[in-house]
Amino acid sequence: MTRFLRQMFTIAAKDLRSELRTKEAVNASLSFALVILLLFSFAFDPTSDMTREISGGLLWLVFAFAGVLVLNRSFARELNNDCLDALISSPVPGPALFLGKAIANYVLLLGIECVCLPIFGIFYNIHWTGQPAWLALVMLLGTWGMTVVGTVFSALTVNMRLRELMLPMLVYPIMIPCLMASMQLTTPLLASEPISGDMLAWVRLLVGFDIIFTALAVTLIDTVLVG
Amino acid sequence: MRQKILIGIGLIAAGLLLRNIWLMLTNLPDEAFQGAIFRIIFFHVPAAFTAFLCFFASLISGIAYLRTQNLKWDAFSVSVTEVGLAFGAANLITGMIWARIIWGIWWTWDWRLTSMLLCWLLYAGYLVLRRAVEEPTERARLSAVMSILSFAVVPFVFFSIKWFRTQHPQPVLYGQGKMDTGYRAMLYGNWVPLLLFAIILIAVRMEQERRQRELDALRREIHAF
Repeated sequence: MTRFLRQMFTIAAKDLRSELRTKEAVNASLSFALVILLLFSFAFDPTSDMTREISGGLLWLVFAFAGVLVLNRSFARELNNDCLDALISSPVPGPALFLGKAIANYVLLLGIECVCLPIFGIFYNIHWTGQPAWLALVMLLGTWGMTVVGTVFSALTVNMRLRELMLPMLVYPIMIPCLMASMQLTTPLLASEPISGDMLAWVRLLVGFDIIFTALAVTLIDTVLVG
Repeated sequence: MRQKILIGIGLIAAGLLLRNIWLMLTNLPDEAFQGAIFRIIFFHVPAAFTAFLCFFASLISGIAYLRTQNLKWDAFSVSVTEVGLAFGAANLITGMIWARIIWGIWWTWDWRLTSMLLCWLLYAGYLVLRRAVEEPTERARLSAVMSILSFAVVPFVFFSIKWFRTQHPQPVLYGQGKMDTGYRAMLYGNWVPLLLFAIILIAVRMEQERRQRELDALRREIHAF
């Protein structure tokens, strides 16, 4: 078990190190997030009360669009010099490889979200600090759901034609329950209302989604990578 | 022989369908609030049943392929998914026609409509994915995984129905359903011909897949020389 964890964290550290040294996906993703934030301002009046009502949805759309750029690179990065074949033939088991990559993506996505959130707050005049603990929990759960689905599809599409197009097309419909729950929860949180009563069902949905898709991804990853 | 059986099933399906339509138009009274248009439910709901049965079959055949590595399961999987998509489209379109008359709008972002559209898109994604992989065994393997992951989302889609405010008529078959037994009998009765029709389509589609495999094998043989 400790061996598995060590291998997992080695992969995660490797991915994070190479990403933080080149910053290719993170830079692209952050600038893309800024572009989306700017584009939203043309779609509706950014100063109106309506912004507050759809703030959760806007925020998660930014996260989802920007996130896919990072997720797309996750396995595609290993194509150069046949690194993917080397990783698959290394003694690291498939699940450890997958979870390592997922953890690296998770950290990157959370980092990007933490940068986007205050910018979003400034641009759209939203006070997001009202319920910090709940907001952090929703972001942690929602982002893990996005990450785990995105990483498994990154592996699935890595050898395909038109990979960059395939990933978003396949990944967003599967992510929808997770994104929808996160959006539903984030909107009241950005208006500083706590989560209670019926809203807890969405938290349960997020937890269930995370658990089931993590289990499925870990089970299926060997099939996806090796066959 | 196989073809004769299929034609036989087709004739039975057509006969049953004609009989059901005749009964629907002559024997069953109009629904009290909706008038004549309510009869679309006899196609709308069985089409949804068939679509989900097909998607479930796609899940089972996906798992069976991964266990046996037999490409026949892959052919079955793509056939049922395509037929499921056709019936899903029938469900969506009949629903839209009904909505235009009863609600006055073609579409509303009610969660149940959204979730059906979402399931439809998921399985359309499955077909797109198949197109992007050339090698047959790799295609079979990856699309089996896609099929399993797609079906895993379906329960989430369905559970959220209960939590989302909804404009769609409340379910009439389960829960506190209040459907008249005559209507209910017709609803299930009309599922039979639709299901038979689906079986024929799947059988034809599988035959096409088998010939495709044969052609591919011949082509490889020619290239080998």
